[in-house]
Amino acid sequence: MLARSPQAALQRLFDEVGSVDQIGVDERVAKYGTRSIKKASKIQGLKLAASMVDLTTLEGKDTPGKVASLCQKALAPHDPELGVPQVAAVCVYPAMVKHARRALGRDTAVRIASVATAFPSGQVPLKTRLAEVKAAVADGADEIDMVINRGAFLAGEFSEMQDEIAAVVQACGDATLKVILEVSELETYDNIRAASFLAMRVIRPGDFIKTSTGKTSLNATLGNNQVMLEAIRDFYLATGVAIAMKPAGGIRTAKQALTFLVAVKETLGDAWLNNRRYRFGASSLLNDLVRQLEKEKTGAYQAPYYFSEAAESY
Amino acid sequence: MARLPITKTPKVYVGGAFIRSESARVFPITGFAGEFFANIPQCTRKDLRNAVEAAAKAGPGWAKRTAYNRGQILYRLGEMIEARAGEMADAIMLGGATPAAAAREVAATVDRLIYYAGWTDKYEQVLGNVNPVAAPYFNFTVTEPMGIIGVIAPDEAPLLALISLIAPAITSGNTVVALASSTQPYPAILLGEMLATSDLPGGVVNLLTGFRKELISTFATHTHLRAISAVVNAEERKALALGAADSVKRTHLRKAEDKHDWLADSAQSLEAIRETLEFKTTWHPVGA
Repeated sequence: MLARSPQAALQRLFDEVGSVDQIGVDERVAKYGTRSIKKASKIQGLKLAASMVDLTTLEGKDTPGKVASLCQKALAPHDPELGVPQVAAVCVYPAMVKHARRALGRDTAVRIASVATAFPSGQVPLKTRLAEVKAAVADGADEIDMVINRGAFLAGEFSEMQDEIAAVVQACGDATLKVILEVSELETYDNIRAASFLAMRVIRPGDFIKTSTGKTSLNATLGNNQVMLEAIRDFYLATGVAIAMKPAGGIRTAKQALTFLVAVKETLGDAWLNNRRYRFGASSLLNDLVRQLEKEKTGAYQAPYYFSEAAESY
Repeated sequence: MARLPITKTPKVYVGGAFIRSESARVFPITGFAGEFFANIPQCTRKDLRNAVEAAAKAGPGWAKRTAYNRGQILYRLGEMIEARAGEMADAIMLGGATPAAAAREVAATVDRLIYYAGWTDKYEQVLGNVNPVAAPYFNFTVTEPMGIIGVIAPDEAPLLALISLIAPAITSGNTVVALASSTQPYPAILLGEMLATSDLPGGVVNLLTGFRKELISTFATHTHLRAISAVVNAEERKALALGAADSVKRTHLRKAEDKHDWLADSAQSLEAIRETLEFKTTWHPVGA
């Protein structure tokens, strides 16, 4: 007879999708920072990273005006002479989607992502979450970032978790879906890999899995990014379905972003080095990317207060 | 029983931590007789960049300290050097100073810190003002620290000159990234150890060792440094002036060719504090 405890359910899932060598992953990602990326390849990497940014504002104090200025920055991050590309998307709360759409207009390459489904906890009835998704899409969102039901996952109720994701896929219509695993609440690499597989089995090609909400203590790290990239690779090799990836939260410096891109290049290859397959969820990363590009151009280290949003004047 | 010798690895004090250069390079220094003494970190432009980041992080907190508290901390730094005066004198003697001259330099260094410790809560009274205007307004001029100050110290008086450039800057709430003497860097290594025990928050003073010709251009062009206080030769002055013009920073460049008497009272002044201040003038209606 099959044991029915959550532990037994998880164990059966690990047996099926494979478990993670934690020490091996940590050792491997520790080496990514040692790659020497200089001059032309650095400039290319910084511009690529800028084109992958989901420029994010997710605060209770967001206003239509703040969202409008965020959209301006998404469209034109800096002096055009520097050649910084437009970012991939802006990421806002559902109530701000219509303001973002007004600021960006209809005819723009910058997409609007919205964190629906009772972000960040997800702890409201499914009906309410689905209504939120539909409202955001109706207001003009191109992409929906949903949170999974971590409670269901940890209780071993995998079909409940998958059914909910499938319901959100339906509610999205044409909008791209990003499934936030909230890795800090999953606790182990094994759980992150297992949850990645459960999500990937019910979403569409080109949809994303995403590390975190950015609202908990631990966010995207090279380690959990690597576990998810390897899950995407294994899923692609088994099924031929390409799933995209978005680390979010805690990526603030250009150096970090380049290291994450090294991980993508060395795990999934060039096919994932574009903003349809890889994104950064970040609010201040773009400033540092622009700052480093300016440094590469002028040769002089730049003060952070020359770039927007760095409010400190010291 | 004979012990194995325990030799010290000199490290520089940056951001409140003792670090090696990110390049892992070192250069040897010798005692006055030419015998090997130690390997000193050969800091790079990246180390300078990291030190500026550390100074920027420490700055707002240091500037917000009360003037009285900054004075206490400068005094405490004087106490820490006083307590290890013998060791510091030995470090200065590596460069050939006589025991008496070395002791004099250490004593003058401590006195210099006490001098500026006294000024922390007084310079504003002298430099700030209520200006006379012909209308019903108050017109105030107040001072503000500039931010991060680059210091390039000379080879002579390797401790006293370094402190004479650093102390007036931190008196008012600036933070400092300093390059110590290339030929006599060891007193600056020791000074780092004293800074670490002086209640001065980590990152307020960051000391680098290395070669001027590798670092001058970055001191000149780094836009986050708001001023440069340095003792430099003609060629270095030109590089600093050109870079400072591009990055709009103030320069206070003393000529290395001139003879400087660092022991003299003239080497400490209110003017030195003023060099790293910006002045802000505001109008306010009377009675409102």
